[in-house]
Amino acid sequence: MSVTDSTKPVGIEVSLAMAEAVKLAKAEVIAAYPITPQTHIVEHLSDLVANGELDAEYVPVESEQSAMSACIGSSAAGARTYTATSSQGLMLMAEMVFIAPMLRLPIVMAVANRAVSGPINIWNDHSDIMIIRDCGWIQIFAENGQEATDMSIISFKIAEDPRVMMPLILNIDGFTLSHFIEPIVFPEEDKIKQYLPPYETSHKLDITKPMSLGALGPPEVYSEARKAMDDALLASKAGVIRGFEEFAEIFGRKYNLVESYRAEDAETIIVAMGSISETAMVAVDEMRAAGEKVGLVRIRLWRPFPVEEFLAAVEGAKYLAVVDRHFTPGFPEGPVATEVRALMYNNDNRPKIANFVLGLGGRDVPRNHFKHIVEQVKELGTAGSQSRYEMVGVQQ
Amino acid sequence: MSKKTQVTAEGAFKVSELTFGLTVQPGSSRNFKTGDWRSARPVLDREKCVYCGFCYFYCPDGVYQDMGSDEKYYKADLDYCKGCGVCAYECPKKCIQMVVEEV
Repeated sequence: MSVTDSTKPVGIEVSLAMAEAVKLAKAEVIAAYPITPQTHIVEHLSDLVANGELDAEYVPVESEQSAMSACIGSSAAGARTYTATSSQGLMLMAEMVFIAPMLRLPIVMAVANRAVSGPINIWNDHSDIMIIRDCGWIQIFAENGQEATDMSIISFKIAEDPRVMMPLILNIDGFTLSHFIEPIVFPEEDKIKQYLPPYETSHKLDITKPMSLGALGPPEVYSEARKAMDDALLASKAGVIRGFEEFAEIFGRKYNLVESYRAEDAETIIVAMGSISETAMVAVDEMRAAGEKVGLVRIRLWRPFPVEEFLAAVEGAKYLAVVDRHFTPGFPEGPVATEVRALMYNNDNRPKIANFVLGLGGRDVPRNHFKHIVEQVKELGTAGSQSRYEMVGVQQ
Repeated sequence: MSKKTQVTAEGAFKVSELTFGLTVQPGSSRNFKTGDWRSARPVLDREKCVYCGFCYFYCPDGVYQDMGSDEKYYKADLDYCKGCGVCAYECPKKCIQMVVEEV
């Protein structure tokens, strides 16, 4: 009996739960190279294939660059394709990552977010994914183990939707998600058959109907090709919503593009992504108990950015404390804050916005960090605009 | 500035005309003449030509065509000739001249 047969919550490491979910999704090709903290996902998939529990081709490639090359090839052959990586591995893979969306290949990749060197560091922040922010993939950030597990199935549904056909990155925080043991409810196998039927497509290599993939795009066509890719990525938002809604109908767990927590009447809203939001919710509860009108808005769908949903979620707030798990050396703000500010700049009633860089390279983020940033952003109301990000807790 | 600037340097295709995933059907290279950036073209003096075939064999792009034993010469297909001059260099009779293309 497999853990996935249980109808009750199972205590399991999140990486292993994600691998089990990929098994339930019946991935057909997995090409991956191990790198901390992603290793347990593909290591367990390798076990499942070797044990005969998952009928898939496991390609143990010699590098991440080869991993993505193999994934592009297998997806182009029409196979349901999965990989996972992290940090330095993602950077080595980057050259190939940018090609997949242009070719409209629905590869699913988990990224166990980890800091990039140097100094060498294996712990969690978002600097790896932000480096390839503009790769053209759908990008989702999971908050907890259940979400990471569910999203490992939903990701295929979204990516392979005939109206989407775009690759998808599922971000999970390294260690804080990947290595924690959490109670997980596995989606039932018979319901998954209904939710995620086998991948069928006419967009694949076929010896009876030859075609070339990856043709040169000279100046006469490059702009139009890139625009077509962006149009496809923007249009994929509807597919993400469909994937989430259908999952809720069948499995009863509802996911939204943007999640709000006690933000409806909030004067100050913390904006965050990923597992850090769990700590933020506890901090919000404590601040609410102390009379502070504070809430949290978590961005689950990072690309395509859910502009309308985000603006609706933060409407009415006087202050936004935007959390970045990465910063932009040489620029006053990190990427999340820069984008939030850019989205709101032309609005007449825009809130005061301040940027806080938290939890770099695995630094702990306790509740008092969130209390601190709420205090700090409110001071902007009297002190004018913040000139640059605050790296919370840094020892000068 | 009331008059709007005319945008030039437009693309050769519309976004809506592109194939899904920018795939290309086989044989599409036939649609493209690749010799248009040549700066010089080979001009043969048929009086001196001895039909030895050096130009045909040395041409790195295979643009020379055998005109047969009646015509007794090889003809460069200027749709594809890049003007490298290898034929002129190798010709034992020096009967091929590279002539600069005038724009």
